[in-house]
Amino acid sequence: MDSLRTGTKSESLLKQEFNITGGDFVNAGESSIKIRNTLRDIGIDSDIIRRIAIAAYEAEMNVVMYAERGIMRIDVYRDKILLAIDDKGPGIQDLDLAMQPGYSTATEEMREMGFGAGMGLPNIKKNADTFKITSEVGKGTKLEIRILLDGKND
Amino acid sequence: MILSEIQKLLQAVLISESSASNLDIKFAKASDLMSDVLAFSEPFIDRNTVLITGLTNKQVVRTCEIAGVAAIIFVRGKKPSAETIDLAKQCEIPLMATNLKMFEACGILYTNGILGPTPSG
Repeated sequence: MDSLRTGTKSESLLKQEFNITGGDFVNAGESSIKIRNTLRDIGIDSDIIRRIAIAAYEAEMNVVMYAERGIMRIDVYRDKILLAIDDKGPGIQDLDLAMQPGYSTATEEMREMGFGAGMGLPNIKKNADTFKITSEVGKGTKLEIRILLDGKND
Repeated sequence: MILSEIQKLLQAVLISESSASNLDIKFAKASDLMSDVLAFSEPFIDRNTVLITGLTNKQVVRTCEIAGVAAIIFVRGKKPSAETIDLAKQCEIPLMATNLKMFEACGILYTNGILGPTPSG
């Protein structure tokens, strides 16, 4: 935690970026595991890591299942962690509907993987302190979540 | 209860061992939906939890790794692929398989003192 304590609140202490390929079910989840390992290495609280890892994994699976490709970025600050996923893909027609637990447009293949049960976005939101999603049909979806660190890492 | 006792109760075969094999298992969750496993993941409890599932792909291991679930029991006679086993070895997540159905496996563990991970679930 020493490295985190020395930084100011507005300064990014650690940045990582991962490319995610749509349809790549074999490697799906690897970026999220890397993020988890990195956060572990720098001594982030284990419950915070769990929340970030779950959100990252669900978001990564969403890109693999629905998009052509995506970029997942993580930014660690002294007082928060930002996770952003930006994909190029079909976008989401009705965000309110997509946020409803159980609503899904998944194919049989996705369901066979144990995903596509309509829990992904609600589950990401549940693990985040702030959650922002925007989507443009035919272009892609942007998701940004923030998990606060203050008081939990000291 | 340690994993070898669970293995005996469920007449299961051990597919992949790890240093976690001596973990004290107190809880179990049963699901074929990995999103649900993640959605109902409990901090500090999952590490004493086994997942009972009929899914055998790599994402099952990934899900347990992310949620911190200690071990996986495959039911209905399902056997994982070589790549699932390889990943489980890397992540040190023990795997076992039983011919029992999910309901029976749950019932046996429950009557032997294994609980659901939360009072509500």
